Amino acid sequence: MKILVVDDEKDVQVLFEQRFRKEIRNHEMEFAFAYSGEEALKYLSDLSHEAVLILSDINMPGMSGLELLRHIKEKHHEPPPVVMMITAYGDADNYNTAMKLGADDFLTKPLEFSLLKEKLKAIH
Amino acid sequence: MSPHLQSISDFIKNSSSLTEQEKESIIRSIKESDKIQTLLQFKLERVEKDRHTLSVMLEESIEDLQKKSRVIEDANKTLTQTLEELKSAQTQLIHSEKMASLGELTAGIAHEIQNPLNFVNNFSEVSNELIEEMKEELDNGNKEDAKAIADDVKQNLEKINFHGKRADAIVKSMLQHSRTTSNKKEPTDINALADEYLRLAYHGLRAKDKSFNAAIKTDYDETIGLLKIISQDVGRVILNLITNAFYAVMEKKSSYAKASENKNYEPTVTVSTKKMDNKVVVEVKDNGTGIPQKALDKIFQPFFTTKPTGQGTGLGLSLSYDIVTKGHGGELKVETKEGEYTVFSVILPV
Repeated sequence: MKILVVDDEKDVQVLFEQRFRKEIRNHEMEFAFAYSGEEALKYLSDLSHEAVLILSDINMPGMSGLELLRHIKEKHHEPPPVVMMITAYGDADNYNTAMKLGADDFLTKPLEFSLLKEKLKAIH
Repeated sequence: MSPHLQSISDFIKNSSSLTEQEKESIIRSIKESDKIQTLLQFKLERVEKDRHTLSVMLEESIEDLQKKSRVIEDANKTLTQTLEELKSAQTQLIHSEKMASLGELTAGIAHEIQNPLNFVNNFSEVSNELIEEMKEELDNGNKEDAKAIADDVKQNLEKINFHGKRADAIVKSMLQHSRTTSNKKEPTDINALADEYLRLAYHGLRAKDKSFNAAIKTDYDETIGLLKIISQDVGRVILNLITNAFYAVMEKKSSYAKASENKNYEPTVTVSTKKMDNKVVVEVKDNGTGIPQKALDKIFQPFFTTKPTGQGTGLGLSLSYDIVTKGHGGELKVETKEGEYTVFSVILPV
């Protein structure tokens, strides 16, 4: 399973690679990283067939995670990737907007990695 | 006739050594001098009266002046007191403006601290797991694998340290922001200062208005080095300009939304620094509403605001202006086109 993680915090990459080191080692999961919504869209347009799951931060400078979600759900149909939104702002507004735009899940920061792992394995 | 002259004239009349003609002539002179004396007497009395009146008047006016001087003294006291009150009100206003801007920052600060804290927690948790794995590898005699894990742990410790310091710096700058000015100019990395307030302002607004988003562009001149400034004051200026810029792009965006105009508008705020000869310029540019000409003359005046009541103190730019000009001998310039853009330039001497 290929997972694209979108977050403007660069250290998220190291963190995910360590948190999922066993899964990566066993080739259960493969991670790609984008540091902005724009970068994520570029990745998807180049390699849309690859990522089956997108974990996106909502709050990023420039294109927000919600805009990215809208783009993904509007444009990438074949089959649409699962998109999980992650945010430090877990308010109702954010939640409802994400759900309306077709988010498959909504997680709040700080991320519970054990919970995330369960959710990812369930999709798998 | 006065008794003395009378007795002289009586004496002359009865004198036998004088001729009648001589007597008459002398008596006439005596009468003349009596007349003159009477006249002088009269004049003297009049002068006396005048003098008296004058002295009465003088006394009255002295009293009057004393009264007036007391009134002036009282007025002066009241004015001094009012001035003191105004000064303390001003201090309080500056403080509440600081607190208001701190309030705007709070959410941003919380967000900015939460992120490094998450990293600290995550990297320490994961390191704990890694140490367990390392022990296992060592037990199994896999020295190379154990070493690789040790490298990861080392890297994590560096990350923990980095993010801990990041949170620390945020807390410190928040404390500095709320503290009263020390007026001490210290060598400051103006790029780092601008970037820090840019992030805080962005997250602060983002937390308040969920729909808010803007593209942020930065262009920092890395050759500036350290600049001697009162960093918390200049930080406030930059924060104020950035907050205004975000406000301007939000206003423009919401005006498009209200008019149901589906314009392809991308709210953008650009912060840049540049070293030029013997000065450093910090520019904050936005593609927001711009400033109408009639407001442009007043923007640096205290209490002038175009924001709805309760949303702006009208002190931000006026305080910023004082900080830049009086506090640092610099200039605060504005260039704008209504409906298009605004650029504020803080020009600081090196």
